[in-house]
Amino acid sequence: MSVATLEVRNLQTHFFTRAGVVKAVDGVSFTVGRGKVLGLVGESGSGKTVTGFSIIGLVDEPGRVVGGEILFHGQNLARLSEEEMRQLRGNRIAMIFQDPMMTLNPVLRIDTQMIETVLAHTKVSHEEARQRCRDTLGMVGIPSPEERLKSYPHQFSGGMRQRVAIAIALLHRPELIIADEPTTALDVTIQGQILAEVQKLAINTGTSLIWITHDLSVVAGLADDIAVMYAGRVVEDGPVSEVLDKPLHPYTHGLIGSVPSRNKRGEPLRQIPGMTPSLLKLPPGCAFRSRCDRATAECAAPIELMELTLGRHARCIHPHMEAVAA
Amino acid sequence: MTVYLLRRLLQALLVMLAMSLIVFVGVYAIGDPVEILISPDADQMERERAIKALGLDLPLWQQYLTFLFRAVQGDLGRSFVFNEPALQLILQKMPATLELAVGATFMAVLIGLPLGLYAGLKPDSAGSKAIMAGSILGFSLPTFWVGLMLIMVFAVQLGWLPSTGRGETAQFLGLRWSFLTRDGIAHLIMPAVNLSLFKISLVVRLTRSGVRETMLMDYVKFARAKGLSPRRVTYVHVFKNILIPVVTVVGLELGSTIAFSVVTESIFAWPGMGKLIIDSINVLDRPVIVAYLMIIVMMFIVINLAVDLLYSTLDPRVRLEGKS
Ligand SMILES: Nc1ncnc2c1ncn2[C@@H]1O[C@H](COP(=O)(O)OP(=O)(O)OP(=O)(O)O)[C@@H](O)[C@H]1O
Ligand code: SF4
Ligand SMILES: [Mg+2]
Repeated sequence: MSVATLEVRNLQTHFFTRAGVVKAVDGVSFTVGRGKVLGLVGESGSGKTVTGFSIIGLVDEPGRVVGGEILFHGQNLARLSEEEMRQLRGNRIAMIFQDPMMTLNPVLRIDTQMIETVLAHTKVSHEEARQRCRDTLGMVGIPSPEERLKSYPHQFSGGMRQRVAIAIALLHRPELIIADEPTTALDVTIQGQILAEVQKLAINTGTSLIWITHDLSVVAGLADDIAVMYAGRVVEDGPVSEVLDKPLHPYTHGLIGSVPSRNKRGEPLRQIPGMTPSLLKLPPGCAFRSRCDRATAECAAPIELMELTLGRHARCIHPHMEAVAA
Repeated sequence: MTVYLLRRLLQALLVMLAMSLIVFVGVYAIGDPVEILISPDADQMERERAIKALGLDLPLWQQYLTFLFRAVQGDLGRSFVFNEPALQLILQKMPATLELAVGATFMAVLIGLPLGLYAGLKPDSAGSKAIMAGSILGFSLPTFWVGLMLIMVFAVQLGWLPSTGRGETAQFLGLRWSFLTRDGIAHLIMPAVNLSLFKISLVVRLTRSGVRETMLMDYVKFARAKGLSPRRVTYVHVFKNILIPVVTVVGLELGSTIAFSVVTESIFAWPGMGKLIIDSINVLDRPVIVAYLMIIVMMFIVINLAVDLLYSTLDPRVRLEGKS
């Protein structure tokens, strides 16, 4: 078996705030195969973005990666020096951010922001770098790229800016792209276009993709595998069709109940009752306990992510096995 | 752009007109120069002749119209005291004040910007805390006290720097400047430092808070995610953004520095416009006061325009349009 592009093992990223230690990521494990798309889902605050920043080594003070391994082609990124990480970033691992209105520097022209990315990792002439930027802009569907290179970000719409950000991510044909809800801020038609294009690019270039979202319908159409996060932990993972059809973890079960397309028509959206627990003082045991309709006294003991059926893991001692068995 | 400039010009003229009226009436209200200018022993005849010669016998509105009529032709009146054109009197003193204010501003930027950058990038270091404490001092110590201390230490005790006057000057563009000679620069250092202390503090604080704010922006994180070197992130992505508020504030400050360099000029006997205007107020030399205020107003207008133009080149989101 060949080494996966990325294997995250029991990642822990904590924020040492004045109020206490916020365990934003506390036990995240998943694997992304070459050319595969992993959907990383979970509600707001579950630690998806922090997981992404942990992988590219951009967790800022007061946060720190305190445990676990981030194996990129078998090499542990958590052990690399800052300079070694810098050489990887934007080159072999790229990231696209959530809000396209904020990711481009407002006072620098697009060409400046693109060419500097090329020159940060390769020794080419300015003209060659420019040529590459022009080609990549064309590739992500920006019309008349030569003129657009001379524009400033505020002269673009949100969708166009996100295309520019995607183009920047693609400049070095990275092996892995972490896309942090890149389409949430955009309207639905543009969302669809960008999704389709990114998928095409991933297939054509063999790039692996981590697609962070809380929109399950996006994951259903795009991802090969899915990892569901809750309160800083992965609570379930597996192939996307199996997880969405037959969720094992009660939290995933609840989430899927609240996706409109999977409900019977006219039925109201199912909400999971209760609130996300505070990450500051998370009790040991299952974090979903207070909201779970299957909870028992045993759930208060620490629970590991377990392989329940082939290729499927869940962090639960009373999973919905009946669905799988049936 | 042309429309914009024309509109600004029109606005400037209106402001000048309004200011001239306010200044004229204001100066009229301060007091009657006759009491000061004409010796008390003069008899009634002499008094009246003098009053007539100065044009002070006319009603206020007539005096104002005369002033306005001449001002349009570039004549801002003659000094009662020196019997020289007020404008010429002020322009002679202008280089001294200009080089003082500009020198202080340069110092503020050259010292304040790096210190602020450092304090913003390493907010928890001992150096940053010292810088910030220093900036509080710079804000709160009175200018005249610092000026006196400077003279005490560097002129009286150490004898390193001269404490009064402009020193040797050299001719440039038809005006006399101190900064062109060694002796002149030696004379310029202390007053400029004195005047710049407040501004250094201002620039330090502005830069620091700008850096702290900008560092948190998504685009800075994205720049790092692109794999740029920390130096490029700081000196291109962060720096270009903080330059916008710094340039704006420093530019606008230049006007008030010129207008309010009075204290520093008095302490160091720096023969600039500030000193001239204080002397003129003491003897109620109305034409000089009025001319000085008009020149200051004009200067503010020019500086504001320059800052706006600069601002729009630094921040591409700002468009200069005909609309206000
Ligand atoms: N700088 C920080 N200081 C303290 N806590 C932080 C910091 N950054 C993130 N956190 C904590 O980490 C948790 C996870 O945040 P994260 O941004 O990863 O959530 P997310 O899953 O991406 O949510 P969303 O869907 O809203 O983007 C948050 O609940 C927050 O409390
Ligand atoms: S471990 Fe217990 S509380 Fe947690 S999800 Fe499973 S059944 Fe619910
Ligand atoms: Mg997020």
